Amino acid sequence: MAHSGRRDSPELPDFSLLKRLARDQLIYLLEQLPGKKDLFIEADLMSPLDRIANVSTLKQHEVDKLYKVEYKPIISTSDQVCFLIRPRIQTVKWICDVANADKAAGKFRRYKIIFTPQKFYACEAVLEEQGLFGDVTTDEWAFYLLPLDDDIISLELPEFFRDNFLAGDQRWVRTVGSALHLLHSIYGPFSKIYGIGRCAKMAYESWKEQVEEGDTKARQAEIGNAFLIDRDVDYITPLCSQVVYEGLVDDIFRIKCGCVEFGHDVTSSDKSVKVMLNSQDKVFSEIRNEHFSNVFSFLSQKARNLQTAYDKRRGMDIKQMKTFVSEELKGLKQEHRLLSLHIGACESIMKKKTKQDFQELLKTEHSLLEGFEIRECISFIEEHINRQVSMIESLRLLCLLSITENGLLPKDFRALKAQYLQSYGVDHLLTFANLRQLGLLVEQQPGETLTVMESKVGKLVNDKTAGKLTDAFSSLAKKSHFRALSRKLNLVPKSDEEYDLRVPRDMAYIFSGAYIPLSCKLIEQVLERDSWTGLEEVTKLLNGHEFAFTGSNGADLRAKSDAQRIILVMFLGGCTFSEISALRFLGRERGYKFIVVTTAITNSSRLIEALLGNKV
Amino acid sequence: MMKNKPDEEDYWNSSKFKAFTFDDEDDEFSRLKESKQAVNSIRSLVEEEDDEDEVEKVSWSGEPVGSISWSVRETAASNQKTQREHAFPKINASSPSVSRSHSGYSLSSLFKGDDWSPEETIHRMQQGKVVSLERFRSLQDKLLLLDFSVRAHDGNIITAVILFTLTSIIRVLFRELESRQTALRHFIHYLTEIRDHRLLLELLSKRRDFLKSCLNLPFSPEESAHVQDHYTLLERQIIIEATDRLAEHAGKVEIFQKFPRRASILNMPLITTLYYCCFYHYNEPEGTYSSPLNIRHTFRISEKQYFVTVLAARAKLKAWSDLDALFTSRNWLGFTKKKSPLSFHRVVDILQKNSAPTQVLQEYVGLVDDADLRIGLAQKHKCHDIVINTYRDLKDRQLLLGYRGKVERGSAEERKINDLLDSPVRKRRNYDHHHHYQHVT
Repeated sequence: MAHSGRRDSPELPDFSLLKRLARDQLIYLLEQLPGKKDLFIEADLMSPLDRIANVSTLKQHEVDKLYKVEYKPIISTSDQVCFLIRPRIQTVKWICDVANADKAAGKFRRYKIIFTPQKFYACEAVLEEQGLFGDVTTDEWAFYLLPLDDDIISLELPEFFRDNFLAGDQRWVRTVGSALHLLHSIYGPFSKIYGIGRCAKMAYESWKEQVEEGDTKARQAEIGNAFLIDRDVDYITPLCSQVVYEGLVDDIFRIKCGCVEFGHDVTSSDKSVKVMLNSQDKVFSEIRNEHFSNVFSFLSQKARNLQTAYDKRRGMDIKQMKTFVSEELKGLKQEHRLLSLHIGACESIMKKKTKQDFQELLKTEHSLLEGFEIRECISFIEEHINRQVSMIESLRLLCLLSITENGLLPKDFRALKAQYLQSYGVDHLLTFANLRQLGLLVEQQPGETLTVMESKVGKLVNDKTAGKLTDAFSSLAKKSHFRALSRKLNLVPKSDEEYDLRVPRDMAYIFSGAYIPLSCKLIEQVLERDSWTGLEEVTKLLNGHEFAFTGSNGADLRAKSDAQRIILVMFLGGCTFSEISALRFLGRERGYKFIVVTTAITNSSRLIEALLGNKV
Repeated sequence: MMKNKPDEEDYWNSSKFKAFTFDDEDDEFSRLKESKQAVNSIRSLVEEEDDEDEVEKVSWSGEPVGSISWSVRETAASNQKTQREHAFPKINASSPSVSRSHSGYSLSSLFKGDDWSPEETIHRMQQGKVVSLERFRSLQDKLLLLDFSVRAHDGNIITAVILFTLTSIIRVLFRELESRQTALRHFIHYLTEIRDHRLLLELLSKRRDFLKSCLNLPFSPEESAHVQDHYTLLERQIIIEATDRLAEHAGKVEIFQKFPRRASILNMPLITTLYYCCFYHYNEPEGTYSSPLNIRHTFRISEKQYFVTVLAARAKLKAWSDLDALFTSRNWLGFTKKKSPLSFHRVVDILQKNSAPTQVLQEYVGLVDDADLRIGLAQKHKCHDIVINTYRDLKDRQLLLGYRGKVERGSAEERKINDLLDSPVRKRRNYDHHHHYQHVT
């Protein structure tokens, strides 16, 4: 739809090469295991695998039967079995059980584990411990990056978030560094790298080390700059309800690996359909970034146009009809199918949202962001909990309240926590411990203690020699300063002004004009200044860890090519579709093209679910 | 056979136990083949050992074929091959020694010559090259190795160093990890993953302050109170469950016949338990374990929470009179008034979701304080009387005229509107809309 902004945005690099590379490597690995074999695939690798290869590819390389890893005894009769898995100890343990059961039954087979994207020593240690090292051989499939769309690349590692931010396990840091290295060696060299966050800094260092190890060939860069950002720099944005079409579809139907399953309430038949949601879908690509309130009118206009196009065939002679059928009809039918699906999806979204009082929910979120009528917000959340509405939604609102208010008053914290445990079960004590550890849901410390503590921590953060101690205090240091940040960066536009969602004037449109996503605002500011200069106060409020480095060969390439306006943004710990929409908007305004690389697509439910402690 | 696209997709979507077969071979034939393969496998396994080593180019050790390290391994493998031929099929006995030869980190016997520094060693591990960790025997060396791994920000390597060099000195490890938070967190995560609760507990028992920040276990007294409550709740649930199951089976209690229990109450959250008791045991005296009032007092449930739960349960049963009693309070003069800790528009919402009749809705819509909200709700739920009375009080003929179009033709509401429109303009009465609902008993 009508968007202002520059027209001369540069072309995106072709990322299908990444798929080809991954496929070729997989084929190579399968060829290492000559003869027929059964392949066991970990459940969360099925969709990514599906995007780069198909059953006939596997079949051509003598894969006989395919199974999903289900942690049950296997029934394969093949004498060669291959396991395609993530490097997880529990999965390796299961494979050991399988191999040991075979041994006990006197059955002999060859076992091969292909770890992707890499092996971990701890996994191999399990094999050694069980006396199976060597009987079970291992390999690595360096499938780091899956292009989900022209401008979205995912590592498909949702566990990155919990492992890194909650468990403090840095196992994926090198993986991220390698992924960046891969992009750099194919589409680089980057002329500049900016970043913020502890993990981003570590990933940068890992990447740099890998660049120094390998030999770089001089080539024409296709990507100019890169920006790395940790998810914990901005928790507010992923906790907000999404109202841009693609985000809303993700919130409600859950987009999985670029694909969504629409149930019978959408298709209005008894079948559900799986639909790929990307730029290939001509209807979707026009509405994905739109505020939901615009989508209806767009779709009905589109439906009218379609009707007119169909109507054309009236009064046609045979020859014209023939041309119509051969040239236009197929396209029209396709469009018809897509239109009816998205209209169905909209209806279903409307129904669900009306039922759960979405309007009031949004009002509460916006009040929290503005810091307005907090008491009403608290009582809204309390009622939400009292009515046992949704375990996840209640936590989401509590976290939003805590981050925006810089912690809850002790009285409120205790009351809300007690009611939460009463409503959803006492095992959520662990959930609360997790949320506290991440600084997502905390109790305000009495005034003075806080400032003393703060200055101490602040000192430590700046003191390089006290690195170890900084770690110990990191949870304390993660104090939220949302209000101050919001003021400094103008994140919350004045509410008395009318905001025309049809003609968005800034990135706030993705949240109905109520809030500019902090993550995207930071990116905008740094790109504008070409450095962090002038943002010192902001980075201080974000607990530091910002960096900017110029590549060795950046200077001479600068400003010469379009590549300088292609910017890779890497989210460590996940990014939301709303953020992607905001960046696309920013790109249109400033003549950039953003490529979003993320460890996984996330949203509020996924983020909270990753921190639940009640199931462990 | 090439399958077409939809079929492939179908395949991926299903997670059935039965596998997809490309070639529909005859069962008998495949069984024959299977047994033949089983026989052959013993031989082929041994013979293919070499081939596999040769082509396994992308491996942990990562040495190119033909390099020195490769040829060393080659020799080692062929040595073991002869051993294995004797041992087969007693694979158990020989496998540990076989595994050694492949393990990149326990090859010290074959690589006595290398003397990489701790830093270089970590670097080589990151690149997947062969290293010998057994060389690092002094505590100082081991800790140096650990510190370099932490500095490399590679969790894989941090865990590996802890695993292969430090678990042998577990007592010292605990002490040394206290000052190495990153490494400690990797160790804890590793223990969680392999589910080694014994070691985790040992770590826990130290109860050191710094542990609190990285262990997901409750410590504060406030939190143990929650756990205590949970224990009390479980005791209750066991008693209630036993009694109710008997009652249900006996078939003597009407409510269990009319609304059979869908699931056991055991392990349900407190509020779910309260809801259950409001549903099945509402009128019991406070002395019983299953009485809602008793639960309310035992677990210090807030007034609002209690109201919400009773409301939801009794509305589900359409026991409107119970709600009437719930919201009615009496002051010292004996006047009664409807009061609610929950705003009345929320009450209306809950009632409406439980398909309360208009008559009931009307009563609670009328109690909504905010006039705009009240009108909105009244219109939404077709509580005509409230709308009409409000317009009458506003003395707004236009609104009344407009509303006449919305009520049913010939209905009592239409007549009421007509009467109002026909009646001469009255003096504005001091009309308090609350007053309307107060009645003297």
